[in-house]
This record gives sequence, structure tokens and C-alpha cells, in this order.
Amino acid sequence: MTVADRVAEVTRGGRETPRVALLLGGLVLLAVTAVLSVGVGAHAVPPTEVVRALFDPRGTDDHVIVRDVRLPRALLAVAVGAALAAAGALIQTLARNPLAEPGVLGVTAGAGFAVTVGSALGLAGAQTGQLVFAVAGSVLAALLVMAVGRRSPLRLVLTGVALTAVLNGIALGLRLMLPDTFDAYRFWSVGTLAGREQAPLAVPLTAIVLSLAGALLLSRPLNALALGESVAQTLGAGVARTRTAALVLITVLSGAATAVAGPILFVGLIVPHLVRRIAAGSVPWLLLYSMVLGPVLLLAADIGSRVLLPTGEVPVAIVTAFLGGPALIWAVRRYGAGSL
Amino acid sequence: MSAAGVRVAARVAVGLRAERRTVLVCSVLVALMLGLGLLGLCYGASWASPGKVLAVLAGSEHSVVIRDWRLPRVTAGLVFGAALGVSGAVFQNLTRNPLGSPDVIGLDAGAYTGALVALTVLSGTSAQLAGASVLGGLLVSAVVYLLSADRGFSGLRLVVIGIAVNAMVTALNSWIVLRAELEVAIAAVGWSAGSLNGVDWADLWVPFWVIGVLLALAAVRSRAMHQTLLGDALAVTTGVSLNRLRLLMVLVGVGCTATVTAVAGPIAFIALAAPQIGRRLAGAPGIPLLPAALAGAVLLQGADLIAQMLLAPVALPVGVVSTAIGGCYLIWLLTKEVGRA
Amino acid sequence: MSARLTAREITLRYGDRVVSTRLSLDVPDGAFTAVVGPNACGKSTLLRAFVRLLRPDDGRVELDGREVGGYPSKALAKQLGFLPQDPVSPDDIKVRQLVARGRFPHQSLLTVWSAGEEDAVEEAMDAAGVSGLAGRPVRELSGGQRQRVWIAMVLAQRTPYLLLDEPTSFLDITHQYQLLALLARLRDQGRTVVAVLHDINQACRFADHLVAMRDGRVVAEGKPADIVDAALMKDVFDLPSVIVPDPVTGTPMVVPTLQGE
Repeated sequence: MTVADRVAEVTRGGRETPRVALLLGGLVLLAVTAVLSVGVGAHAVPPTEVVRALFDPRGTDDHVIVRDVRLPRALLAVAVGAALAAAGALIQTLARNPLAEPGVLGVTAGAGFAVTVGSALGLAGAQTGQLVFAVAGSVLAALLVMAVGRRSPLRLVLTGVALTAVLNGIALGLRLMLPDTFDAYRFWSVGTLAGREQAPLAVPLTAIVLSLAGALLLSRPLNALALGESVAQTLGAGVARTRTAALVLITVLSGAATAVAGPILFVGLIVPHLVRRIAAGSVPWLLLYSMVLGPVLLLAADIGSRVLLPTGEVPVAIVTAFLGGPALIWAVRRYGAGSL
Repeated sequence: MSAAGVRVAARVAVGLRAERRTVLVCSVLVALMLGLGLLGLCYGASWASPGKVLAVLAGSEHSVVIRDWRLPRVTAGLVFGAALGVSGAVFQNLTRNPLGSPDVIGLDAGAYTGALVALTVLSGTSAQLAGASVLGGLLVSAVVYLLSADRGFSGLRLVVIGIAVNAMVTALNSWIVLRAELEVAIAAVGWSAGSLNGVDWADLWVPFWVIGVLLALAAVRSRAMHQTLLGDALAVTTGVSLNRLRLLMVLVGVGCTATVTAVAGPIAFIALAAPQIGRRLAGAPGIPLLPAALAGAVLLQGADLIAQMLLAPVALPVGVVSTAIGGCYLIWLLTKEVGRA
Repeated sequence: MSARLTAREITLRYGDRVVSTRLSLDVPDGAFTAVVGPNACGKSTLLRAFVRLLRPDDGRVELDGREVGGYPSKALAKQLGFLPQDPVSPDDIKVRQLVARGRFPHQSLLTVWSAGEEDAVEEAMDAAGVSGLAGRPVRELSGGQRQRVWIAMVLAQRTPYLLLDEPTSFLDITHQYQLLALLARLRDQGRTVVAVLHDINQACRFADHLVAMRDGRVVAEGKPADIVDAALMKDVFDLPSVIVPDPVTGTPMVVPTLQGE
């Protein structure tokens, strides 16, 4: 369990451990998992071939698989993992609640609802259709939640839960009456990276990259906001502006990730939790670590999803839950459910 | 009467006035409950007049439809709603978190796993569904409780571990649904929505007794439960045996929900919404049990009526409706508060 | 000096961190005991051990010769009242309702809210000077008012012992003195008061018995006039000072000689 080891190592080292060195370590870990992820699968490619395929492509079968299938999928995993983890770090900071995850903005439920409606209308059959519906649904849901709940963190969370329930209830009713819609939905509803690399990804991926950059730019005002509204005010951070910007970023990040991969619920909750102790209260570091560890978790889960069963792939969302769940339990039992 | 007596009486009157709103709200909720119950007895494939329904209830007329079909369903709606409301209130007090509910400790997810196993591996009779779901629910909640209970207790830790275990169990569930035949998958999802369709008296006696005992326990310990809202330190130093109380609260909360789930499947959201709705209406400190129970009964019975009427003659699972209206109501309450703030 | 409440060679630990080893302390009956010491010296931990919020790893905390952990919950709660540093109030609770929560140990399953209960609450609110706030939501009060409401809650518990963890923090200076005077009055009425205090001069002025702690040990204890001198201040707080008599009460007053170098 690499995550656990790393966290344990950091806490042994105490606060003096340079955070930069840890970040570099994280990046190395990311590179290793990425190479592994490109090599592992139904058709294994040795790491040396992987590297050669990247820098000196020859057009052999190995190289074609790496460049056309595995590499896009790994990039997808990195983007989705970073997006979800960063969105989680942002919402936890904003809601001052270590239990918040991007889903509390109604993003996941909105996407699921829209995909259900889309396939009920016969418009979301292909991946592109599903993607468009998912993006639209998540953005609309998040806008509604923000409109009602933006005044206080607690209200935001409650509104999100309530809207999630409403949308899930209606969507479930629809699916129970329309078996075809149910069938399409059940395959969408378990987030996976398999085959998703074939969808038109340029737009969502660009959105993710831009939003990640935006999140880093926003991390200093957020740092001030984490000290409470009045302190933030006196430190000169525009509270309302910062909060709105953060909410928009969360929506775009988690909406885009959900749209391309389907719901993967756990990354946004677990990753900020695991890195919070290393970040030691600094929002910029929390975001940076999340952006590195999120992809590591998703890549590892994706490797797992390909090798766990001989008969076929396990969707990555399921592997993520079984990697992240025990890690979260371990962290909570070891360090308590400390808040931000 | 002496002057001191008058003063005491005046003080007691002041104390009562502070609780008048709670009393008023509870009376209104009871009236609403009875009204919805009556409506549930009248409504069906053929409409029965309230007069006829009352006559049947009084025993002066006879109707199999009303007494053996509609009455068990309506009673189940009210009792189960109250049980879910109390169970949610208990958990929200225990975790000091408005998002606390028995699903937090994995009850619903575990029950669903049990039901899925009953449907996919066994033959899926209703007895198997009830047994497997209770077993699954209790097993998962026991795991969550044990994982979070050593070295002192923290509500937040319980919630976090609950979320972690929930996520794993839910992932397992969705995977089983994914791999199952479409027919089986639809049946499973239908069960997981929670439904009161087709309950009859034979299904209800045991659950009613269990729920009755658990609700009585909760009522007896409610004062101690509210004392815990002062924080662990003050709860202990004012004389609450915290560990015993917590175990009891978990038992009551889990017991109520598991019993309802065995008969009707996991009916989402009532346990989450009813205590908050009751608290806001009553304006009382903490999360009082009675308003939560009454709000739960009204919510579930109302939802069941809508589920029957909405797409009649197709009967929707009540969980679909309870989820949707419970959520709407919470949003509405919040918008009202935003407007006022 | 007799002592019903005692700690005998207790070892206290928070998680992996040992706070005190083999610490012994007698709480003199009917006196106002003040516990002072630098931050993180184990004052609060000791107080929590007395009210059995923390079970000693070793040694015993006893009330009347019986280990406090061995009492039934409510029986002990009728003896020892405690106010923690940061109590939490339930949402939307009103002052009277919060103070009434102090009656919990005196109520049984069948107790109906009675005139006697009402009197205990009124009396506690009177003593703490919050009767005028009875109908107000606690959340709307100022920090000083809220602290007095909490004191009232503990008073409503009607215990012979009052243990308070830094009761004067968050109060302005007038309210600090009023609160300490209230504690002294309660002592005069026969209660035993133990308070963790930050201000050594206030402790000297109001306390009969001073306990100075450092690194989980009791460095000195006794009447303030007997034990407070420049050497003790150096030992306990690392603070160079001169001790002069308080111009009002004649009790020791610590004047630091440390200047902004």
C-alpha cells in the first residue's frame, strides 16, 4: 500500500520533511504508475518497449497498442484523477467539511439524471450524446445548488444532498419504467475508463487542464478563506468572488470528469483526506498533492481493473472504492477524523 | 395561593409557552397524519367514502378491501415512517451531524447486497429477501460500528468509516447489478427503491412489535440523548453513561431501519429529512424525537399516496416518491431561510 | 486540612503522550483551589482526570475513598460539577433550557418537571446573573454572557464540588473579577471550588490554595502568600519577576521584570 507507506513516512519525519521533496517523490510515483499502466493489460508490454514506443515509435503491434489505446487511456486516468481530487480538495476547503466531496454539489446526480433522460428520449445512445447530456446535467444541477446554498457551507451541503435525492428519485422512477433506459444507464453509472478514450475528449480535457491551473491560481485566496470569512476579508481576499470562482472550478472539474468516465465517487473524498496531513493546512500544497495523488490512485485502480479478473475488466470505479475505502479507514483510525 | 406559589406557577407557564410551538406543531402533524391515513383508506381502484371507511373501522360494516388490503398498507406507511424518522433523529443526535442517518453506517447498502444475493444466487422469495437484507444490513453496520468504536468514540469517525465502507459495498452492489441479467437487475433495483405494494397483516405483526419496543426505548432514553448534545465532557460530568447510551442509540436506529427494510426495502431519505423537517418546524433545540417521528409518518404516508396516484394504475415504489418530495421539501425550507437571512 | 477528593500517584496519558507520571494531589474541602502553570503543563488534563473524563493509566482518583470511576454516572454527577474550556451548545437552545440541562443527574425516568426543578434553575440563573437573559437564544449572546450561562448550568447541577477549566478566558476584565468573586461566594457558601486559571495575580487574590504545575508535576502548593515568590515564578513560568503585595488585598502580586529586549 504505497499511499499508506508514504503517509506513515511523512508523519515519522515530522514537519521538517521538506514538502518539495515529497512532491517530487509523488511525481516519481506518478511516472512509475503511468508507465506500468501503459504496459499492463490483456496484452502485456514491457516497460522498455513502453518507453521506446513513446520516444521512438516503430509501428510494431506493441507500439500501436501503446500509442493508440493505452496512452490515451492513461492520460484520461491522469486527467480524471487530478480533476476529481482537486475538486474534492476545493470543496472540502470551501465547505470547511472534511466529508464534502464534489458530489455534494449535485454534480453526479445531475449527470446521472441527464443521462437517464437523454437515453429515455433516445438521444444519448452514443458516447458523444451521453457526454453532452452528462455535462449539461452536472452544470445545471451545480448552478441550482449554488443559487440556493451559496450563503453558508452547511446550507450548500444540505441543498446538494436534497437536490441529489430529488434527481435520483425521479431518474430511478424513469428507469424502473423503461427497461432499455435502465440497461443503458447501469453501464454508464459505474465509472470506467475502458473504451472511453474513443470519445471526443479534446474539449473536456482542455477544460480540466485549464481548471486545474485556475485552481492553483485560486489557492492563495482560498488559503485566506480557510481562516474564516472575517480573517480572509482583512487579509484582502474577496470572499464572495473567491467562493464563486471555486464553485465554478469544482463544477467544471467534476462535471468534466464525470462526463468522460462516468461517476467515480471516491477519489474526490479520499485523496484530500490522505494528503491533508502532509499539506499541514496549506491550501496550495493540498491542491498540488491532490493533483499528484489523484492520478496515482486512478492509474493504480485502472491497472487493477485490467488484471484482477481473467474474464474481463472490473470497472475502475469499483476498484477505486476498494483501494480507497481501506485507505480511508486506516487513515481515520490512525489519525482521527481531523478537520481542515 | 401564596405569593411564592403564584411565582412558581408563572414560571412554569413561561416554560410551557416556550414549548407551545412544539405542541402546536405536533398536533398539526398528528391531524395531518390521520387525514392522510384516512385518504389512504378511501383511495384505491374504487373510491370509498370516508363515512364508509369509518364504518368499516368501527366494525359496523364489512369490507375486505379496506380492512385487509388498504388498512395494513396505511398502517405500515405511518408506523414505518415514524420508525424511520426516529431512527434518523437518533443518528443525527449521535453523530451531531445533520447528514447522519442509518444509511451512514452502511445499513441500506448492506441490506441491498443481501437482497441482491437473494435475487441472484437464491430464488428470491420474499422471505429470503427479508432475511438476507436484514442479515446484510446488520452485518455491514456491525463492521462499521466495530471499526469505529475502539479507543473511545467519535461521531465524525463513525461517519467517515461509514462512508468508506458504504462506498465499497455500493461498488460491489453496482457491479452485481451490472453483471446480472436485465430482468434480475430491474427486480433488484425495484426492491432497492423501497415499496409498500402488497404488504398484508401477516407481514406486519412482528415488525410492529419490534418497532414498538425500540421506539419505547428511544423515548425512555431521549433526555439522556439530548444531554449528549452538550458535548462529551459535559454529558459525562452531568451523569450520562455515554458508552452504554451510544450502543443503545445505535441499536434503536439500526433496529428500526432494518425492520422497515426487511418488509419494504430501503426507503431512502425519510430518515434523513424527517428529523430536520421536524426540528425546523418545532423550533426546538437539538433534534427532538416526537416531531421527527410524526414528520416521518406524514412524509412516508404522503409519499405512498402519491406513488399510488401519480401514474395509476401503475404503482410506483414509494421510495422513488419519498426521495423526490423529501428533497424538494428540504430545498424549499432552505430557500425560505435564504430569503429571510 | 481534610480532603474528600484526591489523586493518588496517577499517570495520565493522551494517546501516546504521557502528560503526568505518579502525580498526587489533595483537593482541600471547602476551599477555593486555583491551578496555575504554563500552557500544556497538564492542568486541564488533571482536572479531566478528577471528573473521570480521563481514566488514569495507573493510580487512583478517589472521592470519599472510592474510585471516581466506580460511582454510578448520576451519583458522581451529583457530587462533581465540571465546566470544560469549550462547551458546545445545541442549536437554537434558549438560556433557560440550557441551564435546565444541569438538572439531568437529579431527574429520573419518571421525574416530571416540577416547581423544585424550576427553583434550582432560577436560583442558578440568579447566582450567575443571567436571569434577565432566560428567554434569549444562547447563540445570540456575547462571549461573557454565554460563559455566565454555562456557569449557571453547572450551578443548577447543585454539586458540592465545582471544577472549572479556565472559566475566565473570553471574558473582559470586569467580568473576570465578577466571575471570580462569584466563585469565592460559592466557596463561602460551603462549596469546594477548583479552577484552572491563567492569571497568577487573580489566582493569588481569590484562591485559598494555589497549585503550581509544570511539565505534568506539581511544583508547589499551599497558601498563595506562603509559596509565591520570585524563585517559584522562575521555576514554573521561566519569568523573572519581583513580588510585591497587592495594594488592595495584600496578597502576593507578580510584577514581571522582563522588558522588551
